Amino acid sequence: MSEIALEQVSVRVPTHDGDLLVLHETSLRLTERRVALVGPNGSGKSTIARLLNGLVAPSTGRVVVDGLDVSRSGREVRRRVGFVFTDPAAQLVMPTAREDVALSLRRTVPDKQERLAAADAVLADFGLEGFGDRSVHGLSGGERQLLALAGVLATGPSVLVADEPTTLLDLGNSRRIGDLLLSLPQQVVLVTHDLELASRCDRALLVRDGRVEQDGAADDVISRYRATA
Amino acid sequence: MSADLLGIHRPGDTFLHRRRAGTKLLGLMVASIVVVVVHGPVSALVFVGVAAGLLVWSGARLDVTLRAMRGLLVVAALLGAWTVWQSGWPRAVEVVGDLVALILLATTLTVTTPVDEVMDAVTHGLRPLRRVGVDPEQVGLAFSLMLRAIPSTLSLAGESRDAALARGLERSPRARLVPLVIRVVARARETGDALHARGIGE
Amino acid sequence: MQTRRAGTDIALIAAFAALIAVCALLPAIKLAGPVPITLQTFAVLLSGAVLGMRRGFLAVLLYVVAGAAGLPIFSGGAAGLAVLTGPSAGYLVGFPLAAGLCGFIVERLPRRSLASVTAIFTAGLVSSALFIHTFGMAGLVLRADMTWAQAFDVDKIFWIGDVLKNVAMAIVATAVHRAFPDLLSSRRDAPASAQDQPEGTLTA
Repeated sequence: MSEIALEQVSVRVPTHDGDLLVLHETSLRLTERRVALVGPNGSGKSTIARLLNGLVAPSTGRVVVDGLDVSRSGREVRRRVGFVFTDPAAQLVMPTAREDVALSLRRTVPDKQERLAAADAVLADFGLEGFGDRSVHGLSGGERQLLALAGVLATGPSVLVADEPTTLLDLGNSRRIGDLLLSLPQQVVLVTHDLELASRCDRALLVRDGRVEQDGAADDVISRYRATA
Repeated sequence: MSADLLGIHRPGDTFLHRRRAGTKLLGLMVASIVVVVVHGPVSALVFVGVAAGLLVWSGARLDVTLRAMRGLLVVAALLGAWTVWQSGWPRAVEVVGDLVALILLATTLTVTTPVDEVMDAVTHGLRPLRRVGVDPEQVGLAFSLMLRAIPSTLSLAGESRDAALARGLERSPRARLVPLVIRVVARARETGDALHARGIGE
Repeated sequence: MQTRRAGTDIALIAAFAALIAVCALLPAIKLAGPVPITLQTFAVLLSGAVLGMRRGFLAVLLYVVAGAAGLPIFSGGAAGLAVLTGPSAGYLVGFPLAAGLCGFIVERLPRRSLASVTAIFTAGLVSSALFIHTFGMAGLVLRADMTWAQAFDVDKIFWIGDVLKNVAMAIVATAVHRAFPDLLSSRRDAPASAQDQPEGTLTA
């Protein structure tokens, strides 16, 4: 597993009336294979997730992934840390499914024809055979999230950060994506409101008001969250 | 919508289809210079004849092509009537003939060349500009992102209209346009985040 | 972080090129009187006012080039280089320049107060007069064999619609700058985190 560390990290966001502290000084070491971040809306759990690949820069302190400082070696870190967003529509950037996966492969497969063929192979791995020419816009919510996941995993990351990946999905699709995430060989950091999914992780952090309030075995943390929510 | 976006391109295997997009673009540029430089009504009619011949040869479908060119043909007709009145027949034939010939030639290019090949030719042609800070790869990426964004922006426009209707504000441009543009910006920033997360564009 | 900016800039440029396309394709709305108005020039000037000079210019340029390449995104679903050889080509050529100028002016204005609506409206009107109408008339003179006086008579049909569209443009641009205060902020002092809502709740 990779080693993810937050060293005395805080995050401030400028607003109309001064800075807002969205994450108080926090230190963490994440080495477990499945880590869940739970907590109310606006608590700062997405901020923690976004720190891990440089989408948010720390105002103080530093974020280190496998010994690499995210602020200094952003490019290398992003090759190791894949990221899945809540809304796959925002994440899918190319017009068709094949081109979208091929975009992820640009660095590893230089030849265009080979790259499109490799993209088809990736689609097949994710049960999306025959979707290559489909317009990304015309896919269902579940298919889109599956495609977004395929596009990210095609780059071969060693860590996957997922920010509420099942929130916009129906029950069946959310279970399908959840199961897939937990079965991945990669280390997975999962921000979620799905407490059943969170409780299947190895470790859970309860984030509230910009602080990590509880940290420990997933079952314990989830039951305390249920009691206090 | 996505079917519409295929435009008037028609797949085929004619001589014109097999030329490279860059060659055809260059040919069109040369032709437009010739048409503008050579004066007289007779040459204008010859140009129209040649251009129409090329368009027919390319296998264009009459109905689709006419629909796409409708606006331009109306303009050409108005322009013709105007010029007859102002300067007489010979001048009108020359002005309208030159215009229609160029419209037909450009349409022939569009019919025989898929949009992405034209864009590839454009990005290829941009490579000499790399030294002044133009990155052809990023141009290609922006074009793909735009293709992707058109249908979703159309949906956003529809949703914004429905939301304005639901609040009884269907006649308020503000209620229709502000949410639409804000969501376009928000979505573009998320796409920027996604590009960043996938290590693209750096 | 310069790198993250590059991806976001490309996404914004592409998104506004698509917005212009959609505005040109949407059925014309009847704001006032019998003359139907399409929102194409609204979106062109808005691109400048929202994105600033460089990105606004590039967004409109991308729209024009994609249309010329054959994507049917010009008004009424027209496409191809044919449009750029026609008598109305001057208007299309003027679009990117007008967006650039509008962005250049708006970058130097206060953008979030009520007064800014008036200022942005003026910026839009000046840009459209200087570039869209002047180039449009030049196109009519060069390609339609008109005199400048005749071209002027044709061009002035668009003026009322233009004023209305610039009002809408200024209102929308001000609202967008209030929603995203950092959209035009200078690169160096905008921390990357300013871009993100803490919970990413802006998604529809």
